[in-house]
Amino acid sequence: MAIEGVDIVKAAAFLGAGISMGLGAIGPGVGEGMAAAKACEAIGRNPQEAGLLTRTMLVGQAVSESTGIYALVIALLLLFVV
Amino acid sequence: MSYEIQTWVRVAAYLGGGLAMGFGAIGAAIGEGHTAAQANIAVSRSPKNSGDIFKSMLVGQAVAESASIFALVIAMLLLFTNFANPTYITVAVMISAGLCMGLGAIGSGVGSGYPAGAACIGMSRQPGVANKLTTNMLIGSAVCQTPAIFALVTSFILLFTNFSDRPVNPTWAAILGAGLASGLGAIGSGIGGGLVAETSCEGIARQPLCSQSVTNIMLLGQAVTQTTAIYGLLVSFILMFKFMPASDTISSAMALLAAGICMGVGAIGPGIGEGVTARSAVSAISRNKDATASITRVMLVGQAVAESTGIYALVIALVLIFVV
Repeated sequence: MAIEGVDIVKAAAFLGAGISMGLGAIGPGVGEGMAAAKACEAIGRNPQEAGLLTRTMLVGQAVSESTGIYALVIALLLLFVV
Repeated sequence: MSYEIQTWVRVAAYLGGGLAMGFGAIGAAIGEGHTAAQANIAVSRSPKNSGDIFKSMLVGQAVAESASIFALVIAMLLLFTNFANPTYITVAVMISAGLCMGLGAIGSGVGSGYPAGAACIGMSRQPGVANKLTTNMLIGSAVCQTPAIFALVTSFILLFTNFSDRPVNPTWAAILGAGLASGLGAIGSGIGGGLVAETSCEGIARQPLCSQSVTNIMLLGQAVTQTTAIYGLLVSFILMFKFMPASDTISSAMALLAAGICMGVGAIGPGIGEGVTARSAVSAISRNKDATASITRVMLVGQAVAESTGIYALVIALVLIFVV
């Protein structure tokens, strides 16, 4: 098996893409779960404000999602552009 | 320095056995320790119920132990089975099966310890609902064990499928990736499912009248929590059963290994996060049963958003397998 430089670079890009998206998914997953957890607790205490709480939860989660999207973008760049 | 293939297979089998039992011992020990700690607190609060609490502790610990018994079985198989016609793929199979079962047992072991601990505390508060608590604890811990069972299934398929007709080059990486996807992917779902079951036991002890809806929402929340483990299982099945054409490049192998790592690691966060969400939802429902409908809706919306990063990981893994 002759290993060439281009091949090693591609291999590293693929591994990097996998590691980027894999590790990058941990934080948003846990963080968004926590946001939703507190929203559930809050609605349990104050069901009338369910609409407001859901909106706040979704905005907070969207911000927390951004790092997951950064990881996705980097993974796609590594796979298709670099 | 060159050794015969039999030597490498034995090296890999012993290494795989060590990895399986070493990682596999982590989770169950933590979970059972947590259960015992909670049981001690429970007995100190209510010494006259120590019989029920002690029984519940032992039953809960036995369920948590099953994850590490799976790891023991795989370790024994790796140490004492003779595999005919070994190839270099067999070397990868040994290490992958060991890693898969070892990592896969962590989450279920930790997760199953939570409901058992909460059931012990619950019995010290509400001795009258001991039966309901035990039933709910057993249902919750059984769901926690499913990710470990996924890992066990993957390890068995790896060990007993004949891969010798596959080309060595990308297949070794697909095998390793399959083990990692299933094994790492089981961690988050196991822990997350345990968190949900913990508060459902607490909730039943607090408010025995709502035990039916608490158990239902627990199962719903746990089912969503399991999805990322199922993604891991899916990716590992694709990696094991898709025939990878022979190639002489290292990049084609790394793409398959990276797919396994991506899905496995990417499943951890959503699994835990969705578990945290469902834990609070179950707790809120046990306090305010009238708001069950809107709490369940928000729980599912929140879990769906938390799931999104797991889906990104699935997409990248599938792109790595099928596109690049």
